[in-house]
Amino acid sequence: MVEVQKKKKVSGSVVISDERCKGCGFCVEFCPTDALKLSDQYNAKGYHPPVLVSQEMCNGCNMCGLLCPDFAIYGFMFKKKEK
Amino acid sequence: MSEDLLEIDESMPTNTVEEFLRMERMPHIWCPGCGIGTTVNCFAHALETSGLDLRKVSVVSGIGCTGRVAGYLKLDSFHTTHGRAIPFATGLKLANPELKVVVYSGDGDLTAIGGNHFIHACRRNVDMTVILINNFIYGMTGGQVAPTTPLTATATTTPHGNFEEAFNLPYLAESCGAVYVARWTAYHVRHVTKAIKEALAKKGFSFVEILAPCPTLFSRRNKLGDGLDQMIYYKESSEIKNGADTKTIQLSFQGKITVGKFVDKERSTYLDAMNEFYEKKFGDKFTTYKG
Amino acid sequence: MKADPKGVLTGAHFIDGDHACAEGAIAAGCRFVAGYPITPSTEVVERIADRFPLIGGMFIQMEDEIASSIAIQGAVWAGKKAMTVTSGPGFSLMMEHIGLAAMTETPCVFVDVQRGGPSTGLPTLPGQGDMMQARWGSHGDYGIIAVCPNSPQECFDFTIKAFNLSEQYRVPVLVMMDECVGHMTERVIVPLAEQIEIYPRRYYEGSHEDFLLFKPDKDLVPPIVKAGDGYNIHVTGLTHDEKGYPVMTAAAQEKLVHRLIDKIRVNSDKIVEYKEDQVDDADVVVVTYGITSRVAIPAIEQARKDGMKIGHLRLIVAWPFPEKRIKELAAKVKAFVVPEINYGQMVHEVERFAAGKAHVELVPHGGGSVHNPKDIYNVIKNSIKG
Repeated sequence: MVEVQKKKKVSGSVVISDERCKGCGFCVEFCPTDALKLSDQYNAKGYHPPVLVSQEMCNGCNMCGLLCPDFAIYGFMFKKKEK
Repeated sequence: MSEDLLEIDESMPTNTVEEFLRMERMPHIWCPGCGIGTTVNCFAHALETSGLDLRKVSVVSGIGCTGRVAGYLKLDSFHTTHGRAIPFATGLKLANPELKVVVYSGDGDLTAIGGNHFIHACRRNVDMTVILINNFIYGMTGGQVAPTTPLTATATTTPHGNFEEAFNLPYLAESCGAVYVARWTAYHVRHVTKAIKEALAKKGFSFVEILAPCPTLFSRRNKLGDGLDQMIYYKESSEIKNGADTKTIQLSFQGKITVGKFVDKERSTYLDAMNEFYEKKFGDKFTTYKG
Repeated sequence: MKADPKGVLTGAHFIDGDHACAEGAIAAGCRFVAGYPITPSTEVVERIADRFPLIGGMFIQMEDEIASSIAIQGAVWAGKKAMTVTSGPGFSLMMEHIGLAAMTETPCVFVDVQRGGPSTGLPTLPGQGDMMQARWGSHGDYGIIAVCPNSPQECFDFTIKAFNLSEQYRVPVLVMMDECVGHMTERVIVPLAEQIEIYPRRYYEGSHEDFLLFKPDKDLVPPIVKAGDGYNIHVTGLTHDEKGYPVMTAAAQEKLVHRLIDKIRVNSDKIVEYKEDQVDDADVVVVTYGITSRVAIPAIEQARKDGMKIGHLRLIVAWPFPEKRIKELAAKVKAFVVPEINYGQMVHEVERFAAGKAHVELVPHGGGSVHNPKDIYNVIKNSIKG
């Protein structure tokens, strides 16, 4: 029997500054886990900012943060709490 | 379930990029879907992990959309005249070699009006890092043709299509003596960050070309969709070929894009060559020039 | 503050104006020169190239004048005193960057060893045809300072003066030599370093928090800092606020550009400099500058021998122009005679401030040599008749 090691789930989330978003779509398109989608809501400029599809899907890789030309989103990994 | 399930750290995470930005000047002027802001993220992250003393980092820009980067970075920054960031940077660096000098400017600025300065700085191997954002167009002024505009593309000064051959920038830089030459696109954010980090650490004239979308002018006038469409094109058409012969990596209109690190070699910088030369000539009479 | 003895070649020298200018720069503490060869200025940078390595200076021959004129500004922001040198065609190329230096208030020195123009003109022969360009050559409005040496000794002295003025007013300063003065060999006395007064850079000394790179002191000049000291400065040629950030509005333009002009205009009493000889009871005052000030002397002396009351006013500082003095004299004299090696440049300033109260006669010369003093004498004689 081969023992399958359960991988520790890397988890994270994003912080979105709705009002900075200019709706370019980079984050949604290139998120490696497809964790983002465009919101139905509008920001003041008339764009649809991104929103997490579900937090479990986000691994905090910050690909979105690196891509965002408007500094409107960034990802972070959850830090392990000190025991 | 494992006991090691990660729990959320209560402290609020910050976007470390903001430490490098003059946040009081936000929002910036770049269009929706423009790739310049993307490269600024990469630059900030590269600086963050570079170990450099940020007080000694000076950014010099020319004129154009990319030229505005200097104004948004919270470092000593200089927004100089069109095409002349490199000679300004040369003066800055040679007067105080302790400064880490970065030129951050656009394709038109650095290779058209700035072309002469570009080739001489390569030749001299002045120790500086040049980040060239190539959006194939003169964005700020409304979309005129640039020396990097691919054959057949439409621009306001080539309204019937461009019939001029474009520069192959990595080839140009290599042939003039640059010691580090890389090309990436704004899609390749992690490679861009790494390349900028390597370029910053490299002694000598290091050159990073980063393709970025100009949705308002280049994409729109050439019916290529928006910034996202251009980024998808970068993703789908790029081939990573580290070490490729720069002669062979010319770009074409919506054609194949060869990206990678092409040149990484050693050569005496301008200052090292000068000091070595005068030491040999004058012996003890000469004090090594350190600024 | 006194000159650094390391660079001062104290003693009596037999050198030409170009060489003396180089020594003046070195004595003033200049340790960065970027230049491009152009007759008749080349010897300045050739001497700098020779001297700099052993006194810790940095000289680089850039690929063109455009690169030279901005490389020096990079060097200034890195903390050095810097200079570039050129002649007519290069002066034209440098105009954009003279404007940049004025707009960003970058203290630096531009030397123009004038030759016959326009265009390629007479590369090896004198002219004085760049004088208006010195004031107005770059686009837009700004104030500027220009000095006019008339001997190799003055090339030494006035280059130091130029550096001092540039630091005092945080402005580019022009040294308007000409081919005669540049290529003339005469005795030049370089004093002891402790006898040379140097105006140090006006560095800001305060907290990083509140620092505003373009906030002026009472004399309209803002203190400066350099890159690398953690001030996170932003320097741009765009119209900017006191922090240095681009603000493109009419209000910001008025605030900034008006001050750039006033910086020189309001302080002009302290900057204006001229030498006078027998002006007080003169019927005619000859106004000169540069080499022509020496060529005019035999003409003036002959006229005096012939019983005419002739005064001589020589511009040391051509810009700002000595408006007040000309106005004053215009009320007393019959005429001004202005010999210059051009077809009329500084004469227009004399006319402007004479405001019709006295005649103003130009003695033009196209360039290529200096005036025949007889021609100056004849105009003086005719102008006395009224």
